[in-house]
Amino acid sequence: MADSVLTPYADSLGIVIHGEEDGAPVLGCDFGGNVEGRPGHLHGGAISGLLETAGYAMLRHELSKQGRAYRLKPINITVQFLAPGKPKLTYAKARITKLGRRNANIAVEAWQDDRGRPIATAIMNILMAPEAGSAET
Amino acid sequence: MNDPRSPDPRSAGQNHHFDPSRAAPMLLQHGHTGWLGLKYRAHGVDWAELELPWREDLLGEAERHVLASGPIISMMDMACGLAVWTTLGRFTAIATLDLRVDYQRPAKDRAAVIGRAECYKVTKSAAFLRGIAHDGDPDDPLAHIAAVFMSIAGDARNG
Repeated sequence: MADSVLTPYADSLGIVIHGEEDGAPVLGCDFGGNVEGRPGHLHGGAISGLLETAGYAMLRHELSKQGRAYRLKPINITVQFLAPGKPKLTYAKARITKLGRRNANIAVEAWQDDRGRPIATAIMNILMAPEAGSAET
Repeated sequence: MNDPRSPDPRSAGQNHHFDPSRAAPMLLQHGHTGWLGLKYRAHGVDWAELELPWREDLLGEAERHVLASGPIISMMDMACGLAVWTTLGRFTAIATLDLRVDYQRPAKDRAAVIGRAECYKVTKSAAFLRGIAHDGDPDDPLAHIAAVFMSIAGDARNG
């Protein structure tokens, strides 16, 4: 369904919807030259892109389930880097901490081998502008 | 070495002066930053500026010609790293501890995005940065950023 389609950037980076867990999309990103930072490690920017994409995917998923249509606009994101990203498949999954009328607060985790030891986390605030005539932030 | 018109007193006496105008093209040609096509623009004593060219496959929404925010985070992360090395005057192993981006507005259609990061404080193990991303007018930024970098312990070059 259309709501699960990721952005051109996410497609281009190689991010895919890997599966679903507790009703939330789990995203995956394979290691490759286009996500490599210092040799043999994931680039922090690529990890951030994966986290952010997972946050949007989760919010779109939930809004679609509720039959609500919004244009989503980023307010902010804070990424915490916890461990170096190794050259392997990386997963990311988001949780909606609060879904308001106008904005959503979302927490995201990215991990590799061990689900209990995330390599990075993010907190995002996303503005949900009404689909018709959405003007200024 | 560095621009002779703007000698950096903090790096005086150091043997390995880090010059981002020379190092950046090498650092940016590989991996993720190479894939994004990041380009070096300018630097000062404690800042570095990069450019992210507009590209169709880096869009945030299929129906709008606006760069996604992910590549902008990547550019700001890289600009921060360059600003740290520039401020320290040497290339050393560092890692991003955290990075915050506050988005003010989307980029203009088909606009390249410019990112400038300034390293305003360095301690023994941490570097503190702030910066902006804009699409032509630095007084009308797309985003403000704040970041903290740590030096990676156990790296012999840190001595």
